[in-house]
Amino acid sequence: MNKNLKEQVLRSSGVNVLKCMRCGKCSATCPSYDEMEYHPHQFVYMVEKGDIETLMKSESIYKCLTCFACVDRCPRGVEPARVVEAVRLAAVRQQGGNRLEPSDIPALLDEDLPQQAIVTAMRKYAK
Amino acid sequence: MIAVSADADGSEKICRGNTAVSRQKGFAMETFTYYPGCTLRTKAKELDTYARASAQALGIALEEPADWQCCGGAYTTAKDEIATKLSAVRVLNSAKEAGQPLITVCSACHNVIKQTEYDITRDEEMASKVNNYLGLAEPYTGGTKVYHYLEMLRDVVGFDKLKEKVVNPFTGRKIAAYYGCLLLRPAKALAMDDPENPTIIEDFIRAIGGTPVIYAQRNECCGGYITMEDKAQAQKRSGSVMSSAEDMGAEMVITACPLCLYNLKKNSGSDLPVYYFTELLAEALGLKEASNE
Repeated sequence: MNKNLKEQVLRSSGVNVLKCMRCGKCSATCPSYDEMEYHPHQFVYMVEKGDIETLMKSESIYKCLTCFACVDRCPRGVEPARVVEAVRLAAVRQQGGNRLEPSDIPALLDEDLPQQAIVTAMRKYAK
Repeated sequence: MIAVSADADGSEKICRGNTAVSRQKGFAMETFTYYPGCTLRTKAKELDTYARASAQALGIALEEPADWQCCGGAYTTAKDEIATKLSAVRVLNSAKEAGQPLITVCSACHNVIKQTEYDITRDEEMASKVNNYLGLAEPYTGGTKVYHYLEMLRDVVGFDKLKEKVVNPFTGRKIAAYYGCLLLRPAKALAMDDPENPTIIEDFIRAIGGTPVIYAQRNECCGGYITMEDKAQAQKRSGSVMSSAEDMGAEMVITACPLCLYNLKKNSGSDLPVYYFTELLAEALGLKEASNE
């Protein structure tokens, strides 16, 4: 377990993972549940255990929609989406860690795609 | 909160914070700092055009600051992200310097600005880092009142007053309100409506004479930016929203968000029409033709 990485994720997210009682409501309400290898409640548990590198390598970090459903519906106020964001940032902040590059954008455009989609995707998938 | 009191001469006084303004009855005069955001200048021009025309007709003045920047589309929740929060702070500060409340139309801009305002008033470390960087004449530590356009209709104009101004009511039309995620959540920061049983868009639909359709997916995510990363997931999410609205008999869906509109139209596989709420507003007020000229 990488202790520095765990501390970085805890600090960056501002989440107290020990508040989680593993009821799984965050995962139950997650619109990306079917697309995820690790689900929101597992993110919280794995961060508590310090198993962060596994999450950083998983496609699951790119599936969160930041819709805040897990944040508002958690009965303990854990706010799992903040943990997912902190793990994703730990991944994309690494040298060469960008999921999306500006040069990828032209191929993704269509005549109706709003600018909002591009700036949001760049904010989520690149540094 | 806004306090409205009627004077003996029939004029009304609105008090918000330190600012008090008077208006003749029937002639509202409220002035807002208006933040359109990047997409309202490009792919979502109609969201902007109809919002401006309708505001003018309702006696609301919108003043756009000269130097606004794109909000970035998504709020970065990480505490060690500072640069990504600066554009929202800049426009919050512009409104503060103008002594005006701030108004947004796009759901994403609204979400980013409201979450920034929420955090900067509570997170001293973030406020300190932001202000160290910006070096404003006076540090910005919160205080600007931020309205979504729908909140302006509800809280400043009033849905009853709006109803009186409708000339083309949507009588008998079954309209589904699509909130998505960004207008409602996180509820502690957005504080617009009940995040699980919202009514503001349904009340708007009633005010313009239509019949609101309640359906299960109205406050679930359309897929948002995942359309750039995983088209199939965006198709699944937006398809689920549209079939939920169709199942309940909706004739059309309305939204405040350009990315929701895109997903619901392009990725859902449904033919149900999707419009910006401001387009229906302008049509109800009899302004649609004029604002397209």
